[in-house]
Amino acid sequence: MRKDVFGLIYAGEENMNLRELVNKRSVGALPIGGRYRAIDFVLSNMVNSGIRNIGVIPRVNYHSLMDHLGSGKEWDLNRKNDGLFLIPPYDNRDNTGSYRGLIDTLKGANSFIRHAQQKYCLLSGSHTIYNDTYREMFDYHLSTGADVTVMYNIPSHGFIGVDNEKDICLEMDSTGRILDMKVHGTTSSGAYDKVGMSIYMVRKDLLQYLVDDANSRGKTSFAADVLMNNLGSLKVYGFEHKGYVGRLRSAASFYNVNMDLLNPDIQNALFRTGNNIYTKIKDEAPTKYGSEAKVSNSLIGSGCVIDGVVENSIIFRDVTIAKGTVVKNSIIMQSSEIYNDSRLENTILDKQVTVRPNSILAGSREYPVIIPKGANV
Amino acid sequence: MIVKKNCVAMLLAGGQGSRLYALTQNRAKPAVPYGGKYKIIDFPLSNCIHSGIDTVGVLTQYEPLELNAYIGNGATWDLDCMSGGAYVLPPYVKGKKGEWYSGTASAIFQNIHFIDQYDPDYILVLSGDHIYTMDYDKMIQDHAKNGADATIAVMEVPMEEASRFGIMNTDDQMRIVEFEEKPPVPKNNLASMGIYVFSWKKVKQYLIADSKDPESSNDFGKNIIPNMLNNGEKMMAYLFDGYWKDVGTIDSLWEANMDLLKEKPELDLSDDSWRIYGKNLVKPPHYIGEEAKVKNSIIGDGCTVLGEIENCILFPSVVIEKGAVVRNSVIMQETVIQEGAVVEKSILDEQVTIMENAKIGGPEKITVIGSELSIPKGAEVAEGEMLYPSMK
Repeated sequence: MRKDVFGLIYAGEENMNLRELVNKRSVGALPIGGRYRAIDFVLSNMVNSGIRNIGVIPRVNYHSLMDHLGSGKEWDLNRKNDGLFLIPPYDNRDNTGSYRGLIDTLKGANSFIRHAQQKYCLLSGSHTIYNDTYREMFDYHLSTGADVTVMYNIPSHGFIGVDNEKDICLEMDSTGRILDMKVHGTTSSGAYDKVGMSIYMVRKDLLQYLVDDANSRGKTSFAADVLMNNLGSLKVYGFEHKGYVGRLRSAASFYNVNMDLLNPDIQNALFRTGNNIYTKIKDEAPTKYGSEAKVSNSLIGSGCVIDGVVENSIIFRDVTIAKGTVVKNSIIMQSSEIYNDSRLENTILDKQVTVRPNSILAGSREYPVIIPKGANV
Repeated sequence: MIVKKNCVAMLLAGGQGSRLYALTQNRAKPAVPYGGKYKIIDFPLSNCIHSGIDTVGVLTQYEPLELNAYIGNGATWDLDCMSGGAYVLPPYVKGKKGEWYSGTASAIFQNIHFIDQYDPDYILVLSGDHIYTMDYDKMIQDHAKNGADATIAVMEVPMEEASRFGIMNTDDQMRIVEFEEKPPVPKNNLASMGIYVFSWKKVKQYLIADSKDPESSNDFGKNIIPNMLNNGEKMMAYLFDGYWKDVGTIDSLWEANMDLLKEKPELDLSDDSWRIYGKNLVKPPHYIGEEAKVKNSIIGDGCTVLGEIENCILFPSVVIEKGAVVRNSVIMQETVIQEGAVVEKSILDEQVTIMENAKIGGPEKITVIGSELSIPKGAEVAEGEMLYPSMK
């Protein structure tokens, strides 16, 4: 696919309900799974598919994203030809340096798209967590003669609308052609049980035309304005991804997707498929457990020092949990430090949080306590 | 044109490590894994970059395959910079005949041309056999300040063990007056650590002279250092005070690993200012299962622990299945310990499989299982046994 397809990742999705988690970062930079950032998944998927020309478009607050991606070395994208390109908002007469939606964004990435040597574009968001290559999707796109192919999955149970109201639900005919789409997917079964994964395969020249056309009519959304209004004239097909999909749309889904990773089957589906998920390397020492540590059902990154009790939790790299402290059903991000005799339940500690001795923090599964980056509690 | 260097490091990584038996059958000693992530050679290489030395020649000879692949262009240690780098220097054919490195001095002698490219004032000679962190720059500055021809790093060892080391007898200015290799009755307890700084122009003369002496065993400790001393060159001892471990035997390798499990280990691997670099494998975080018990242990990325471990070092991607019990052991990469198996005081090399209900080792002597071996269901391996891997 190296010669045929280039990737374009929009890492600044808006209209999300991620609360404090995105105060200081793009959606694509959301930490996940004890080690990763959300964008690692789609970026690794593209690399594992052989794609080597990838543009990443941040929107606002993208320092952490840039720091994370660097030269693209960890994804093997520091190449002499093609490689990784960061495309921050471009200030011109038509916009004011910030994008209103995907159409604006693509307009801003115009020069990257124009210069790409590849004929097809794989256009993706950054908030979906899954492990797949796009080879089969590409073959399917060619064999159906589709104008646009949308990757989707069929969520297994209780796909609750409120949390995922911005996802696109699809209705398809037996050939795979999409007949109808809705953005407000409150149904969880029946004809609209297929949910888009914010990833589209489309011919480069067609994408350029669609973007210009939508832009000239003042439209901003790719899915709602371009695809949904043109299902009659465009051949839009769906391609199913079978396997786990996590969507980081809200603080609650962020919490739930992280907790999903405690399931060994989901771990295998994401990390042991033979296609690696790559991320930034930090050179930590391995994690050390003290003589009073008690740990169960937890996913734990490297460089931690753990001497307390940890249950059903995700612990990122370089975290310290002191003696007498109990951490349950929580997500503790990188370089946080929890002193002795504290109790944390249903809590998300963002990066570099310090929790003083004898503290108590407790939320609920539906509404976890979120302590923002760098706070001293 | 190559930029002149103040100091070039030469790392002797050809050691066979014959007293590590099964663990060095298919790898050189510097490639022996340590501490849940590292190889022994990560320590001198990380020390070099942190000491501001960016040009390192790595002299390989014995089982070089794993080591050469591991070192690559030195990117792991940040040595892949414009003006320096890590260079693997195996013996090669010069003129009509090829020559092995017959000793430590011969390894440096045969690479005089490599060193001369950088026109260095000093060379730092290191060995790939020891676990320690050290700022070589301080030693080099000391050497320069003293106007010495050679400076040898020494550390105090207990008097009763001194006869196992090369001992430096010094005057009160730390100038070396006498060198004794493994003296039966030591006069002193300052042991050589195998770390030397030489003024390049001076030592080059000795290396050339030594290469012409058919009687010589071409060794720094046996020939070059005694010759320099006899000729009255200015040779200084540099006292090092810190953690330093020769991991040349099964016992010392096991102990060095267990040292990391102490509450406040002398060797601080999480020191941000002196990070030890090693290859980072692409692995997810490790997972501790619902019924697992983990006590006083170090665990690498990608491990799955469903059983019970205590006082263990687990390298990346080790699997401890439900009901398995592992104590006081070092378990290397991708080894699997199946349900109900019991492992005690053992070193299991990479990709070993201990099948269900097998019993490995006992409380007293260390048991060693070589790489890629498979211990069948219910089998017992008695304590102190050493199972060799097949030759590659």
